[in-house]
Amino acid sequence: MFVSTILILISLLFVLFIQTFSDNLLFYRSPSQIKAGNIPDGYVFRVGGVVLENSIIRYEETTKIDFIITDFSNDLNITYTGILPDLFREGQGVVMRGKINNDGIFVAEEVLAKHDETYMPPELTDSLQINESEIERTSKSIR
Amino acid sequence: MFAYIGYFLILLALLNITLMVISRPLLTGQKSEYDSLILSTSKLQFPLVLSSFICLAVSFVLDDFSLRYISSNSNSALPYYYKISATWAGHEGSMLLWCLILSLWMFLASVYSKTLDPNFRRTFLTIMGLLNIGFLAFLVFTSNPFERNLSVPIDGKDLNPLLQDFGLIIHPPMLYMGYVGLSVVFAFALTCCIYQEFKKEWARWIRPWALMSWAFLTLGIALGSWWAYYELGWGGWWFWDPVENASFMPWLVTTALIHSLIICEQKSMFKNWTIILAIFAFTLSILGTFLVRSGILISVHSFANDPARGAFILIFLALILGISLLIYMRNSSKMNDPFSFKLVSKESFFLINNILLVTATFTILLGTIYPLVLDLLGLEKISVGTPYYNAVFLPIMTPLVLLAGYIPIYVFFRNNQNKKLTRYFIISMFVVALFTLISSFVTSSPNIYVLLGLFIFFWISINLTFFIYRRYKDLRSFNFLLKNSGMLLAHFGLAVFVLGATIVENNKIEREEVLRLGDTVKLKDYEFTFSNLEEFEGPNYKSVRAEFTVIKDGLPESILYPEKRLYFSSDMPMTEAGISPGFTRDLYITLGNVVSETKWSVRIYHKPLIRLIWLGALLMVIGAIISIIFRRNEKLARG
Repeated sequence: MFVSTILILISLLFVLFIQTFSDNLLFYRSPSQIKAGNIPDGYVFRVGGVVLENSIIRYEETTKIDFIITDFSNDLNITYTGILPDLFREGQGVVMRGKINNDGIFVAEEVLAKHDETYMPPELTDSLQINESEIERTSKSIR
Repeated sequence: MFAYIGYFLILLALLNITLMVISRPLLTGQKSEYDSLILSTSKLQFPLVLSSFICLAVSFVLDDFSLRYISSNSNSALPYYYKISATWAGHEGSMLLWCLILSLWMFLASVYSKTLDPNFRRTFLTIMGLLNIGFLAFLVFTSNPFERNLSVPIDGKDLNPLLQDFGLIIHPPMLYMGYVGLSVVFAFALTCCIYQEFKKEWARWIRPWALMSWAFLTLGIALGSWWAYYELGWGGWWFWDPVENASFMPWLVTTALIHSLIICEQKSMFKNWTIILAIFAFTLSILGTFLVRSGILISVHSFANDPARGAFILIFLALILGISLLIYMRNSSKMNDPFSFKLVSKESFFLINNILLVTATFTILLGTIYPLVLDLLGLEKISVGTPYYNAVFLPIMTPLVLLAGYIPIYVFFRNNQNKKLTRYFIISMFVVALFTLISSFVTSSPNIYVLLGLFIFFWISINLTFFIYRRYKDLRSFNFLLKNSGMLLAHFGLAVFVLGATIVENNKIEREEVLRLGDTVKLKDYEFTFSNLEEFEGPNYKSVRAEFTVIKDGLPESILYPEKRLYFSSDMPMTEAGISPGFTRDLYITLGNVVSETKWSVRIYHKPLIRLIWLGALLMVIGAIISIIFRRNEKLARG
C-alpha cells in the first residue's frame, strides 16, 4: 500500500515534469520553413537569418524597428521594439525569439546577435544551406 | 625563445608523469625506490608545468606573434595586464592552465597524504598521474599553445573585448581550481573502491579537499555571474545558458558530496553513494569542459571549432566514466556499507538533501543535453529556456533550502522530544511568519514568490540563531562556534542568496527610453538626467561616454557613466554599463544606439538587493574555508 502510493506519486511527478519540459521548448525555424507553413502554432519560437541590406526602417522617437531577414532563398519581415544588441547591423546573422502575427510578420520579443563579427549561429549556418563562397561574397559586398 | 623552452618543458612534464605511471609495474619488487620515485615525480610535475606556463605568459608580454595562439588572442596595443590574462583567455592557454592546476593539486595531494596507508597512497597518486597524462596528452596533441604561425603576422588579432576585463582575469582560474580539485576527490574515491573500503578516517581526510573544490567552484561561478552582470549589459545575473549550466551541475553534485561525506565520517554509511557522487562530480566537470570548449555551444567561451578536440575530450570522458564505473561495479558490493536508519533521522534528512540535489542536476542535464542530441540526430532545432528551469527549480529547491534551516536544529529534538519539537515549530513558524509579513510591506510588490523568499530567509536565519542559543545554553561557552561556524555561515549564505535572488527577480524595474541630452526620467524615487555626452580615447578603443546624474528626494544620489566603445583592432562595438552599486539597490544604465542625431535609446534598471546574490555566495565560500581550518578535533563525532 505504502509503496504503491509512493510509486503513483513519483509517476505523477514525472508526468508533470515531462509536461513542464515539453511546454517550455523553443523551436527554431528558418524563413523558408515558415514560408512552407512549417510553424509551431500558438507557441513562441525562434527564427534566424541574415539582416537584408537596406531593409532596416527605424521609427522616430521610439526604439521600434522593422527589418527583413533572409536565408538567401526566402525572406521574413520582422518587427521589434527595444534596444538591439551591439552587433545588430545589415549582413549580420541574427536569431530572434517571438511569434508570427496575423499579417505574417514576426514580432520579436528578443533579438540575439553574438559578440563576434564573424559569428554565425549554428542553426543559421545549417538553414542557410549556401556554400561558403556565397557567404563570403555577401559579407564582402556589405563591407 | 621562451616558446621553445615552454614547449620543451611541457613535453618534459608529460615524460615525467608517464615515467611515474609506468614505473608501477616495473618496480613492483622495490617498494622504497618506487615510493621515492612516485613522490619526487608527482612533486616535480608542478614546477615543470608552472615554468612552461610562465614561458607562455612571458611570450604574451613580449608580443611573440610567431605563436599562433598569441597572434590570435593578443595585440601589441593591449595593456600588459590583459596580455598576461590573455594567457588563459583562449582554448589552448586555458588547457595549459587546467594542466597547471591539476599538477598543483597533485603536488598538494602528495605533500599532505603522508598519513594515508602507503599502498593506498601509491594507488591514489597513480590515478592522479593517469589523469595528468590524459590532460597533458590532450594539450600536446590537440591544443598546443606553442604552435607556430607559418608566417609571422605584424600584429595580433586582439583579445575579444568582452574578455578585456578584471572579471576574466580571476574567473577561469577560480573555476578551474574547483573543477580540477574534484580530480583529487575522484582519484581518492576510486582508490577506496579498489581497496573495497571507505574508512571513517579516510572520509575525514578527503572532506577538506571536497570542501576546497566546492569553495573554489562557488567562487568561480559567482565571479562568472558578476562578470555577466556588469559586462554583457543585460543586467541579468544568471541566464540558464548551457555554459553556466555546465559549471552549475558539478557544483550541485559536489554540494551533495560534502554532505554525504559527513554521514560517511560520522556513521560509516553512504559509502557507495559517496563514491558514485565523487565519480559524477568529476566527470560532470569534464563534461562541462567538453560542452564549453568543443564549439558545440556557442558563447564567449568557445573558440575555434576543432572536431579533434571535442572527440578527444569525449573519448577521454567516456574512458574515465567507463573505467571508474566498471571498477565501482566490481567492488562496490564487497564494501561493508550498512543501509539502515530510522525514517526520521539525520541520515534520512541527508539522504533527502542528496536526492534533491541530484534531481536538480538531472533536470539541468536534460535541459542542456536534450537539444544537442536532437540536433545531432537532425530531428529538430530547439532550445530550452529560462521558463523551464524556473518551473522545475522552484519545487526542487524550496524543500532543499527549508531543510538547510531545519537539519541543524533537528539534533536538539532527536530523543523522542516530539512535544518540544512541536512547540518549537509553532513558535518559530509564528516568528518567521511575523517577520515575513512585516518585511513584505517594505518591498514594492510583494507577490507569492517574494513572500516565499522572505519566509525562507527568516526560516533559515531564525533556526540558525536558535542553534547558537541552544548550543550555548548546553555548553556554556562559545567554543562550539569554532567547529560549527563554517556550517552556520554557509547556510546563512544560502539564505542571503535566496533573499537577494527572489527580491531582485520579482521587484526589479527595467525601462527602455529614448532620451535627448538634458531629458529626465523618473524611476521609483530616482530621477535620472541625461546630463552630458562626450567622446574620448582609451588605450585600444575610442568611446562615447554619457553622463547621467541621479537625484533622489531632491538630493544628488550618484553619477553614472555608461559607455559605447569601439575597439580599433576588431571593429566591434561594445556596451559598458554605468553602475551605481549599493547594498540595498544597484542603479544600472546601458546605452542602446543612436536613434536620431541627438537621441539615444537607453536602458535603465533599478535592481534591489542584487548584491546579496554574490554576498551570499561569498559567505558560503568563507563558511567552507572556516570548516577546513577549524576541522573537528574530536576523534569521532557525537552523531
